[in-house]
Amino acid sequence: MKETPLTENILEVKSLKKHFPIRGGVLGRAVDYVYAVDGVDFSVKTGETVGLVGESGCGKTTVGRCILRLTEPTDGDIMFEGRNIVDLKPSEMIKVRAKMQIVFQDPYASLNPRWTIKDIVGEPLLLNKIAKGETLRRRVLDLLTLVGLSEDHMNRFPHEFSGGQRQRIGVARALASTPDLIVLDEPTSSLDVSVQAQTLNLLKTLQANLKLTYLFISHNLSVIKHMSDRIAVMYLGKIVELGSRDELFEKQLHPYTQALFMAIPIPDPAYHRRRVVLKGDVPSPVNPPSGCRFHPRCPIAIEKCSKVEPELIEHDSPGHVAACHLAGQQI
Amino acid sequence: MPEAILKIRGLKTYFYTYAGIVRALEGIDLDIYKGETIGLVGETGCGKSVTSLSIMRLVPDPPGRIVGGEIIFKGEDLLKKSEDEMQSIRGSQITMVFQDPMTFVNPVLTVGDQVSEVITLHQDLAREAVETKIDEIQDKIVQIDPSSPDRQRLMERVKELEAMREHPPKASRGEIKKAALHRTIDVLKLVQLPDPEKVVKQYPHELSGGMRQRVIIAMALSCNPDLLIADEPTTSLDVTIQAQILALLSELKKKIGASILIITHDMGIVAETCDRVGVMYAGNIVEISETKALFKKPLHPYTQGLLRAIPKLHEDIKNLEIIPGSVPNLIHPPSGCRFHPRCPFRMDICDKEFPPLLEVDPGHSVACYLYPEKKR
Repeated sequence: MKETPLTENILEVKSLKKHFPIRGGVLGRAVDYVYAVDGVDFSVKTGETVGLVGESGCGKTTVGRCILRLTEPTDGDIMFEGRNIVDLKPSEMIKVRAKMQIVFQDPYASLNPRWTIKDIVGEPLLLNKIAKGETLRRRVLDLLTLVGLSEDHMNRFPHEFSGGQRQRIGVARALASTPDLIVLDEPTSSLDVSVQAQTLNLLKTLQANLKLTYLFISHNLSVIKHMSDRIAVMYLGKIVELGSRDELFEKQLHPYTQALFMAIPIPDPAYHRRRVVLKGDVPSPVNPPSGCRFHPRCPIAIEKCSKVEPELIEHDSPGHVAACHLAGQQI
Repeated sequence: MPEAILKIRGLKTYFYTYAGIVRALEGIDLDIYKGETIGLVGETGCGKSVTSLSIMRLVPDPPGRIVGGEIIFKGEDLLKKSEDEMQSIRGSQITMVFQDPMTFVNPVLTVGDQVSEVITLHQDLAREAVETKIDEIQDKIVQIDPSSPDRQRLMERVKELEAMREHPPKASRGEIKKAALHRTIDVLKLVQLPDPEKVVKQYPHELSGGMRQRVIIAMALSCNPDLLIADEPTTSLDVTIQAQILALLSELKKKIGASILIITHDMGIVAETCDRVGVMYAGNIVEISETKALFKKPLHPYTQGLLRAIPKLHEDIKNLEIIPGSVPNLIHPPSGCRFHPRCPFRMDICDKEFPPLLEVDPGHSVACYLYPEKKR
């Protein structure tokens, strides 16, 4: 999609794990674990958008938060711009976070209601000692203009803005410290479609102008498709399939990906397709199924699936990986 | 022309708040035909949920009030009914499935208790009670030794009960309870809940979101309603579960023949489930048509914008078209057509007078001055 070859990896995630303890008893000892993220590997090249898609509870948000170490990973490595950031001290982490930012899902919960927009957007500038005083004001104004807001918005409070405008403020705050990578965690799922379109277009324009790299997390496959160069599909704490957008839409290797694609309602009554509806619910990540985690719901599962966990490996074309013993078979 | 089971004419619902009067519905006209699935689609705050609450007469009062119009259901105006009369209609003839299944189940009652409550409230179970007894005895007969004298006695009892079927005696409380539970299990089977005998003894928190929504649908269907209103029935569910629920709804519609009103913001759901669809904007229905015609040839500039603003899975678009601005505040709605400040085809008349909803093509009505009324 872009002219410059995407070679250098800005971010590499290696066997990332996050197990949340479930505490019980008088002493509050961990009695069990929620295996929210259980061994995730992927990389993001400079300038591209990687989409992370999956249903609720599959661990996609936890992956996003672990990358910024907003949630401390249990195990694994996170290489950001060639440097492992897992063991960095908090003071060093602040410096790294200037280069990697996040936009949260809920624009109502992620902005401090007692701060003016100038304070909110200016905070990263102060924190990273980028600007203060009059320069700070000018920088904030530049940032607001960038996301389509104006000077008279500067001294207002978050409650005076609509959902779409608040999400723009969140984007402006993320852009303040001139980051290279932005994790977008469901940035449009609380917005209406007409406002969602405005926000998605803004994000695309910003990416082109500021040469940003995005990790776009969403449950909405249509939005992911619109935004991403490569797409990773997660199920119950693991990536089950990863490939370039065009390849993934051309041919889905994993049965879960196939079912996910079939489940999305298409806004066109003239469009007909085969549809297999998955049975059952997503199992709990406390006791994930043995072998392939998808096997209890998989319509084509064989005996091997419940015993041997499939590895995420390339099948037909380079760069298109899937974790399935029967990869490529149609459900 | 199919028969309309619900006719809404000029419905106005306002909310009286400290900030001012919110004109949530400003004159809605809508017909729902027998056996059809109709969708109401629109963005947050356009009044689609208020429409459904108004039909059920469940608008919270205060601050809300239905200030005008009529809702004709089976020839009678629901707005003229007393609260008692409404209660016997709600839950039996018109039922509702809500967005968040956890909020609308009672957390301290078992699934069986809740569903059977609806059934006992709205149905005369005397006949059911007799049927249940017959079933029970027949189960016993199968197990009993064929040569024993008891068997003969039980067979006679069955005959006795079968004779009572047409004019059942008044059932006792215990019998009603048993019969209701019997029916509950039947309805839970209808909504394809696995292991309904176990589910009736469970509490809502033991079920997953998809299963809870099935329980709610079971409750709504337990009294064979004429109209089922589903207000964002799948919004809180994951896509694979959503696909299950939507498949279930369309299958059930074929079985029970009720009309369904689906309220949603998702054009995809409309396209896949509805026969007809109404598009709402800021308290008005701006366009209504058969689903295929609407997607093929959207007439109202808002519908056109909405359809172009969705990222699509099945086609490639470089840049999404946007509708500039945002949804207006309904305390001070724009004059004339409420869409005119965002409309790319705005004309002089648009901010002066509200365009009426007129039939432009057969079965396709739109409220917009761009289209002259079809000459009849």
